Amino acid sequence: MNDLAAAAPAAACTPATFKSAVKPVWCPGCGDYSVLSAITKALAMIGRPPHEVGVVSGIGCSSRIPAYTSCYGFHGVHGRSLAAATGLKVARPDLTVIVTGGDGDGYSIGGNHFLHACRRNVDLTYIVMDNHVYGMTKGQPSPTTEPDWDSKLAPGGTKIRVFHPMVVALAAGANFVARAFAGDPNGTAAVIAQAIRHPGFSFVEILSPCVTFRPEQKEWKSIVRPASAEATDDPALAARRVMSDDGLNIGVLYAGNRPCYRLNDGSAASNVTDLEMEFRV
Amino acid sequence: MVIALAGSGGSGVMTAGTLLLAAAAKAGVYGLMVRTSGPQIRGGEAAALVRLADRPVDTLGDTFDLLLAIDWSNTHRFADEVPLTARSVIVGDPDEGQPPEVFLATGARYVPLQMKKMARAIAGSWVNMVALGFAGALAGFPQEALEAAVRADWKRGDEALAANLSALAAGYAAERGVTPPIVAPQVPQPKAGAKPRWSISGNEAAGLGAIRGGVRFVAAYPITPATELLEWMAPALTRVGGTLLQAEDELASINMIIGGSYGGVPSLTATAGPGLSLMAEGIGLAVASETPVVIVDVMRGGPSTGIPAKSEQSDLSFAVSGLHGDAPRLVVAPTSIADCATTTQWAVHLAEALQAPAIVLSDQFLGQSRAIIDPPADSGLRAQRLRAEANDADYKRYRNTESGVSPMAVPGTPGVTYTADGLEHTEAAVPSSNSRDHRLQLDKRERKLLQHDYGDAWADIDGDGDAAVITFGSTSAAVREAVARARAEGLRVRLVAMRLLAPAQPEKLAKALEGVRHVMVVEQNHGAQFCRYLRGHFDLPAKPASYHRPGPLPLRPGEVHKAIADWRKAA
Amino acid sequence: MKPTAPTTVEEFMAQAYAMELEAQQRYADLADAMEMHNNREAAELFRKMVVIEGKHAAQIMAEMGWKAPPANAVAPAWEGFDSAEQVPVDDVHYLMRPWHALQLALAAEQRAARFFAELAMTAKDESVRKAAIELRDEELEHVELVRAWMAKVPQPEKDWAEDPDPPRYDD
Repeated sequence: MNDLAAAAPAAACTPATFKSAVKPVWCPGCGDYSVLSAITKALAMIGRPPHEVGVVSGIGCSSRIPAYTSCYGFHGVHGRSLAAATGLKVARPDLTVIVTGGDGDGYSIGGNHFLHACRRNVDLTYIVMDNHVYGMTKGQPSPTTEPDWDSKLAPGGTKIRVFHPMVVALAAGANFVARAFAGDPNGTAAVIAQAIRHPGFSFVEILSPCVTFRPEQKEWKSIVRPASAEATDDPALAARRVMSDDGLNIGVLYAGNRPCYRLNDGSAASNVTDLEMEFRV
Repeated sequence: MVIALAGSGGSGVMTAGTLLLAAAAKAGVYGLMVRTSGPQIRGGEAAALVRLADRPVDTLGDTFDLLLAIDWSNTHRFADEVPLTARSVIVGDPDEGQPPEVFLATGARYVPLQMKKMARAIAGSWVNMVALGFAGALAGFPQEALEAAVRADWKRGDEALAANLSALAAGYAAERGVTPPIVAPQVPQPKAGAKPRWSISGNEAAGLGAIRGGVRFVAAYPITPATELLEWMAPALTRVGGTLLQAEDELASINMIIGGSYGGVPSLTATAGPGLSLMAEGIGLAVASETPVVIVDVMRGGPSTGIPAKSEQSDLSFAVSGLHGDAPRLVVAPTSIADCATTTQWAVHLAEALQAPAIVLSDQFLGQSRAIIDPPADSGLRAQRLRAEANDADYKRYRNTESGVSPMAVPGTPGVTYTADGLEHTEAAVPSSNSRDHRLQLDKRERKLLQHDYGDAWADIDGDGDAAVITFGSTSAAVREAVARARAEGLRVRLVAMRLLAPAQPEKLAKALEGVRHVMVVEQNHGAQFCRYLRGHFDLPAKPASYHRPGPLPLRPGEVHKAIADWRKAA
Repeated sequence: MKPTAPTTVEEFMAQAYAMELEAQQRYADLADAMEMHNNREAAELFRKMVVIEGKHAAQIMAEMGWKAPPANAVAPAWEGFDSAEQVPVDDVHYLMRPWHALQLALAAEQRAARFFAELAMTAKDESVRKAAIELRDEELEHVELVRAWMAKVPQPEKDWAEDPDPPRYDD
């Protein structure tokens, strides 16, 4: 145990409860450290013990998070975390299921599953650490990278319009859409807790600077701002706001009342032998 | 007796075929019905192919006794699937033109019957009832059996029922009135006190087997010819407290069931070749993370989009070896429609016991054909996963146990949380690129499959002699009939219908082939995939002969019999 | 939940306590990150800061006579998103030298001092104001301690941040 134990009390659910002994391998300065901290703070606020929480991820730097928590983790393959998480939640509605990943994992290869997860509106919380780059594979452009960002795979920039995940999430049917900034771990923790509590598919896009491949993102902390409007439950109003969003507004955009995916309570009306009746001649 | 009922959209031949089979069932007879059709969604040419017998049958045999066509549009396309001989009978409506030359050239007897006119004469009746009456009479069914089948399934009101029973009677009487009388094999009358039987398709049977085994979560994407399996399972699962979720694609399907299984619920998906290809990465994830899942592959003509509505056994190579890395997995193949239930149930049990993915190689022929069968007994095998105890301070998810199977912590269990991973890992589930860890985990994942006692279900074996025929899946029935004919001619032939394809059981096969000096492998694919697999992973007494051909046509007992006879002569 | 300006000494000291804890947690996380990247010297330095901040927190507890740490104590964000004594997460570098780490600690203590000074000026309650001044002075002492420490530590080389190897990729 470290020196912290001397100062802090052993409480039932502190953020420390949700941290595993595994130390992150992220570059010092990475925004994901703060997101991990925010997630553990949020889970402490929610108050369920780690063994009742599932943390599901794909592939990438931010997808390493499950092992850094003491929850039940699933580190799956690239782009399919929402599918695995959907299966877990539908099969085990009693668990709290969180999905973590990056912008490449979520919006590129995972794009189709992102659309349908929003649409299906299963009670999940999807946290994307967006650093506008593929960090783990050495710095290629991601769907949220600016069109003029120079890289080896796309010299001079991709020249392709960026993907706007909050617009897509809202349009596809997510019930909670927010943006947070990793540089504000306490604010982020509050948004994540709210997202977890909100029913249906909650999407939190977190600007999380990549210190190694996008050092210029250090200026985010100077230019992000709290959104000027409170969250709305009117999807049309949210849509108007987000269409003029410049990517730097922090806060909850939409907390809706869309019908959520009906989870089965597992009660059986029939026996297996009842099923055989229909085949009888 | 083997009957083909053909006609275009609106003629209702599929319904007639289904009713004929139902009548057979009620009359205490066994049967098999295969559907074939053109590519149109509705209105195209279609044929119901029905074999009736006094014992369970899983092939249509070699030739048809009756081809009854309500019209002849594009029916020549079925010529390969409806082989006729000079002893066959063709019944057609002269007002719809002459039968195609390809059928007449066989020398079969042509009996004209103005079915449409007969139906029009009875207001509110459908022409397929006339056809049903005729075919049922020819097969020797009492009219009451046919009527009972129509009544049982009737959904369209009493007036329509009366009209159609009249049409049925008209068709029945017409057959009795043909001169000279048609000579056709009659379906034997059932013995008294016949046991209860089922009418079921292979897809339905697989679904039932899965639920019997304990599956309660399915995520899947529709694909021919697996869709009916999902359609049957959706309400069935709900009734027993489970869930079926239609996924956005096969990539989602395999990952969803991995998630569900990670959560402790036995999970399954069903697909066909193209979907299986998409699932490859996910199946590998199940191997590496040691998550049990069952994937039913209802094989169809390949490669790529191939021939979606026809059967083939050409996914074998992919199933046994088509994953990147060293990725041992379970592969089983049901040998009949009834066996779809037993083998799928077994797959669920194996997957859960060994914490591995299991691929069930069914095919379009089994999946979409309907048969009257003796109900397969519930083997009693269930999903029984080795679970971790709560609060085990020394818990290691991927502990290198002697059996290779390590207890799995299920979410909700306190004190034993871990992160499952596709990355190679230590025994404690920490990602690792270390050589010792990799070797240990590879050995563990292989060992757990190899050390399991699969019992006698790995293959159906019978016969003796120094010659053996080895096959798997839906060809087993045709091979069985062929071998029976060969034995009747005095040939001594062993038959091995292999049910467990992976992991390979070379010792068991060697024992089954003791005393055998000549082996022939029979399969329905172009590349002799099973033969190559056997040669690569088993010890065979000599280089095997191979009788193989691709779909879309099913292997027939006659051709396999000929192949066996020629093979033994040449030996 | 943003903490409101403290109106009693109890509230104020609870916030100050939370500040020490948050600073301590931040130093611990940075120490882990440095250790993971084999920067032993920076890690050791941050670990020392963990101990020091822990002592400050314990000091507050002792002064206040608390048997247990105050429940729900939250440190206010100040001049940005972090609380006043926290080293910003993105100011570290995997090759940083101990001198850099001390520079960050220095800046943190200076910020803390400024925070308490400002609180002293705006506090309406007299006892809160007094307590703020006390803590401001303590932080200024810490500033001097860190400066002295920095003087003993070698200045970084010009090319301290140069790494001939490009970043690696893993998954």
